[in-house]
Amino acid sequence: MKLHEYQSKQILSKYGVPIPAGRVAATAAEAKQIAEELGGRVVIKSQVLVGGRGKAGGVRLARSAREVEELAAEILGMEIKGLPVRKVLVDEAANIETEIYLGITNDRSARKPVMMASAAGGVDIEDVARETPEKIVKVHIDPLLGLRDYQARDLAAGIDLPRNHWRSFGQIASALWQAYLNCDATLVEINPLVITAEGRLLAVDGKMIIDDNALFRHSDLAEMRDLDIEADAEIEARKYGLSYIKLDGAIGCMVNGAGLAMTTMDIIKLFGGEPANFLDIGGGASADKVKAALRIILADPNVKSVLLNVFGGITRGDEVARGILSALSEVKTSVPMVVRLVGTKAEEGRQILADANLITAESLVDAARKAIAAAHGA
Amino acid sequence: MSILVDKSTRLLVQGITGNEGLFHTQQMVAYGTNIVAGVTPGKGGEWVLDGKIPVFDSVRIAAEATGANTSVIFVPARFAPDAIYEAADAGIPLIICITEGIPVQDMMRVRSYLDQKHIRLVGPNCPGLLTPGEAKVGIIPGDIAIPGNVGVVSRSGTLTYEVLYALKMVGMGVTTCVGIGGDPINGTSFIDALGMFEADPHTEKVVLIGEIGGTDEERAAEFIADQMTKPVVAFVAGQTAPPGKRMGHAGAIVEGGSGTAADKIRAFESAGVRVAPHPEAIPEMLA
Repeated sequence: MKLHEYQSKQILSKYGVPIPAGRVAATAAEAKQIAEELGGRVVIKSQVLVGGRGKAGGVRLARSAREVEELAAEILGMEIKGLPVRKVLVDEAANIETEIYLGITNDRSARKPVMMASAAGGVDIEDVARETPEKIVKVHIDPLLGLRDYQARDLAAGIDLPRNHWRSFGQIASALWQAYLNCDATLVEINPLVITAEGRLLAVDGKMIIDDNALFRHSDLAEMRDLDIEADAEIEARKYGLSYIKLDGAIGCMVNGAGLAMTTMDIIKLFGGEPANFLDIGGGASADKVKAALRIILADPNVKSVLLNVFGGITRGDEVARGILSALSEVKTSVPMVVRLVGTKAEEGRQILADANLITAESLVDAARKAIAAAHGA
Repeated sequence: MSILVDKSTRLLVQGITGNEGLFHTQQMVAYGTNIVAGVTPGKGGEWVLDGKIPVFDSVRIAAEATGANTSVIFVPARFAPDAIYEAADAGIPLIICITEGIPVQDMMRVRSYLDQKHIRLVGPNCPGLLTPGEAKVGIIPGDIAIPGNVGVVSRSGTLTYEVLYALKMVGMGVTTCVGIGGDPINGTSFIDALGMFEADPHTEKVVLIGEIGGTDEERAAEFIADQMTKPVVAFVAGQTAPPGKRMGHAGAIVEGGSGTAADKIRAFESAGVRVAPHPEAIPEMLA
């Protein structure tokens, strides 16, 4: 789960990372009031969960309170990459001399967190990583030991940070580690961490991504979720513990297991069709879950046929079949459905569905072909 | 012959009295797996399956009483890391964790701890192990595979079942099927399983089932080219997956232009590994 810049910076600040004075506003009048309180030049920053806000005109510098009101009104009316700007952050503008990158993420291959620093901050760090990887210095952190002070010093030395900033840099690195650890983050990032004309280190931007699997122990963070970045159907799906992603094709898919769901989509494509969605009903899905899943798929007007592919393990074919019957009794539909049940209690499931008007399939390829034919008005 | 589990496996089930734990204990026993004990804290002294399997309060007590040498974990995600540590501290050398949804930072600590103790973990977020005709440890339906000479290793769950089933349909059997799980940090990698299959005299060929995300498939391709003499057929799920979207598994997400199915397929092909267009094409490519 991604957090907004203002949320991330508030959290980082709590752990001791210095951030500019500022607050978030939902209206131009509020933005103006914040600017008046701050005095001097401010930066107005759109709060949307996509990259490239600056290029889209969503980050602007303002010299007067009146200018703040105008620019805030403009930004609050914008859409950036399809997302509406509902909030702006009004921050005191910093006198930037140098821009540094500092972040922690999970290194899957090393199976450890990795802290990275670069003197080439302020720009897209992925570009730096691709084009000039030597400009990024990394230290792997032992998950049982945590970040050690010497590792932060190694990073400071590695990016040629002047020695007078090492103590402050070490404190920020340590705060960043604590935030990463205590929030179950998969990414914490300060980009840029600036050295100001006054000689201070300051985090003028911040980004955090929280591990969805860990939200059960972070109810405060779970409440920060911004629903704008998800389609309504995806939000609805999550309520039922389903994993759903809408795509553009005509063949709705309901499958148990992510790998098999992706494979079902791949096979549809391989034989000339286009999947309408990814939908994983998960392991051990109940009839209620199946019912919700079918409702969500059929709510997509592009769907011309549905392919149900369930290979029973934890999930039981009879439960799935009951869910399908129950859904069909509620949602009247003329969309043809191809059903393939294999594995645990599949035979019982097939018997339950025997009287429903469904197309059955034996193999995966057979199921995909029938679903494609059905979508073409067969 | 097989890898990891066989007739000598003395299995302990952590979370045996829960819904899933109990259901799959029944299935495993029905298959012929030698389950010697269950653990549910607070229920020590009870019995399950009509008095066939004793339940203990802790793994240590259960292992001392029964000589269990393998543990399978069915406890919810928030308790699963503790269950793994408990099994490790009780000296169980092989732990299979079925549980899905364990936070990734927990898994980094777990993996680091287990590595220091030289304990093998399979999973989490995996279907477990199946050595047809000998032992079923986890949730892979027993009747979809027969004994044979093909080793199967997979990051997926139900997709693995498809492959086993497709093999069985043409009469091809399996030495052991290893579900390594779909999480970004897991216990056993493709390379670990491939190395064991290469060393197992009864495994003559191997099927590897990968999916988008991470670089485990790329490293497996390198390993196959450098160290394996047995033929390997691969399949990679997620060719149609849009980048940046989480495809159910925590592991199956394409980030920053790497971890795509196309990259992985290219890596396998340049290592001389044949890549199947879909799971049902695998048997004829093995023949």
